[in-house]
Amino acid sequence: MKILVPVKRVIDYNVKVRVKADGTGVDLANVKMSMNPFDEIAVEEAMRLKEAGKATEVVAVSCGVTACQETLRTAMAIGADRSILVETDVELQPLAVAKLLAAVAKKETPQLIILGKQAIDDDANQTGQMLAALLGWSQATFASKVVIGEGKATVTREVDGGLETIEISLPAIVTTDLRLNEPRYATLPNIMKAKKKPMEVVKPADLGVDVAPRLATVTVTEPPKRSAGIKVADIAQLVDKLKNEAKVIA
Amino acid sequence: MSLLVIAEHDNAVLKTATLNAVTAAAKIGGEIHILVAGAGCGAVAEQASKVAGVAKVRVADAAHYGDQTAENLAALIVAVVANPASGYSHIIAAATSNGKNTLPRVAALLDVAQVSEIISVVDADTFVRPIYAGNALATVKSADATKVITVRTTGFDAAANSGGSAAIEALAAGPDLGQSKLIGRELTKSARPELGAAKIIVSGGRGLGSGENYHKLLEPLADKLGAAMGASRAAVDAGFVPNDYQVGQTGKIVAPQLYFAIGISGAIQHLAGMKDSKVIVAINKDPDAPIFQVADYGLVADLFVAVPELTAAL
Ligand SMILES: Cc1cc2nc3c(=O)[nH]c(=O)nc-3n(C[C@H](O)[C@H](O)[C@H](O)COP(=O)(O)OP(=O)(O)OC[C@H]3O[C@@H](n4cnc5c(N)ncnc54)[C@H](O)[C@@H]3O)c2cc1C
Ligand SMILES: Nc1ncnc2c1ncn2[C@@H]1O[C@H](COP(=O)(O)O)[C@@H](O)[C@H]1O
Repeated sequence: MKILVPVKRVIDYNVKVRVKADGTGVDLANVKMSMNPFDEIAVEEAMRLKEAGKATEVVAVSCGVTACQETLRTAMAIGADRSILVETDVELQPLAVAKLLAAVAKKETPQLIILGKQAIDDDANQTGQMLAALLGWSQATFASKVVIGEGKATVTREVDGGLETIEISLPAIVTTDLRLNEPRYATLPNIMKAKKKPMEVVKPADLGVDVAPRLATVTVTEPPKRSAGIKVADIAQLVDKLKNEAKVIA
Repeated sequence: MSLLVIAEHDNAVLKTATLNAVTAAAKIGGEIHILVAGAGCGAVAEQASKVAGVAKVRVADAAHYGDQTAENLAALIVAVVANPASGYSHIIAAATSNGKNTLPRVAALLDVAQVSEIISVVDADTFVRPIYAGNALATVKSADATKVITVRTTGFDAAANSGGSAAIEALAAGPDLGQSKLIGRELTKSARPELGAAKIIVSGGRGLGSGENYHKLLEPLADKLGAAMGASRAAVDAGFVPNDYQVGQTGKIVAPQLYFAIGISGAIQHLAGMKDSKVIVAINKDPDAPIFQVADYGLVADLFVAVPELTAAL
């Protein structure tokens, strides 16, 4: 079984984001970029399935600018066998990414595609579900456990009320949640090895996909700032403030 | 123009999150319909028909909608919307785990974008949504014929769940696609209010040290306050509490009247989930913890001393 793992290059989760003064977006100049954390979990899960003999090949895919090559090298350093870059400078929205990934999936015919549940830049939480729809496949989002069986997978999902376990037919889409696994670090020898692994580069036009954005960004602004309040000296003062100043407890 | 709001329910009770979605629909304007898809969900349809401002409730009652699996649900919604007679301009669901699971599937089948987790409505095509863990707010305008939208419940008040008298209309069920089936659920049982609807939330982080400490220290406090209980990712990852306690960018988004952050440092991913709370209290032994930058009342103290003292003082 082949597994496809879409990985997105995003601003590193530790970076404090700054909104640009002209309201066109956030400042990404000279900012540290990394693989979306949920995608690291996706690559790790694919590797574990390969190590357990459930998968034969793991292929990482990224859509976006030339620099996404770094993200793909990271995926291959963790262990992906090869990678595909769908290269474009156009701003990609989830529907366009899903269409590109669907086109790649039709060529690669994987049995499983593991995505992150959410990219930490656009916070969209859409691409996996959209990809499942476009391919007509079953989906298991927000996975905290994946067990592969014969022609099916049993997936435990993190839902609002707790956990839910579903059985889905393969081929299928899985999106990762935080508790699925703890991703390994790429070792230096593996980082070196990754440099020699194959990376194919294609363009959206090669895949016959129109990636034009459907949503226009009118403006990006800073959220209202919350100012720090006061430090209270002790519990007595805290309780007094909550009762008599904030009036949030009786 | 009419709008279709997808009901969030468990076949017995209409969840409050639906009421927030109805308010978002009302802000957009037009005739509001609620779709109830479930199994033996007649009671939910009744409740939905009483929601203020709703013109019609459409019910698809069939065994294969009972577990809210995305494949069957999305196919149903698309069939309803694709009928030209329906004329729906907007499909709206609360950004619950069900809404997030199903709506992008609907959007892709309709070949339209989804606008995720809107917090306000500018006009029928234009919406505001947080990006980058709420560190920026994007105003986006959709050019698609049908708008598919999920609603962040903290951005919209709940519509009244009484006073309405919508007509209830049965819908023919679509086929069972048989792609996925529920095996079981392990739901957290609690007599406490739901995180999303609670007026007061007591949240604990890694500083609690263990699940035992979390329960021993925070439960009596939450009991006194009638509060819901939450946690940071670190507390969930360490197994102190189940996943559904997680508040934050990738957990639950809450905005109660009063939020206690106890032994929580205040990482941006946590702040993203609670910084719209009306009053924030932080108890942390580190005076430089970032949580104090958003707290209205901060207490620098050892939580193992401060929390029992607080519980006793209430
Ligand atoms: C992709 C991604 C998504 C994430 N999503 C979320 C999310 O949704 N929600 C979330 O919360 N986090 C999320 N995180 C994690 C986030 O970055 C932080 O790691 C996490 O919030 C830290 O949890 P914490 O504050 O409990 O732990 P820590 O940062 O370790 O803080 C513990 C605090 O307890 C204090 N403390 C310790 N002992 C005591 C004592 N005796 N008395 C008083 N204070 C004490 C310490 O001073 C410290 O400030 C995410 C991270 C990533 C990468
Ligand atoms: N440009 C991209 N290239 C590759 N994968 C992507 C891209 N955008 C999104 N994804 C995948 O889709 C997931 C969810 O992203 P989103 O729907 O944008 O929140 C991510 O975690 C990735 O696995």
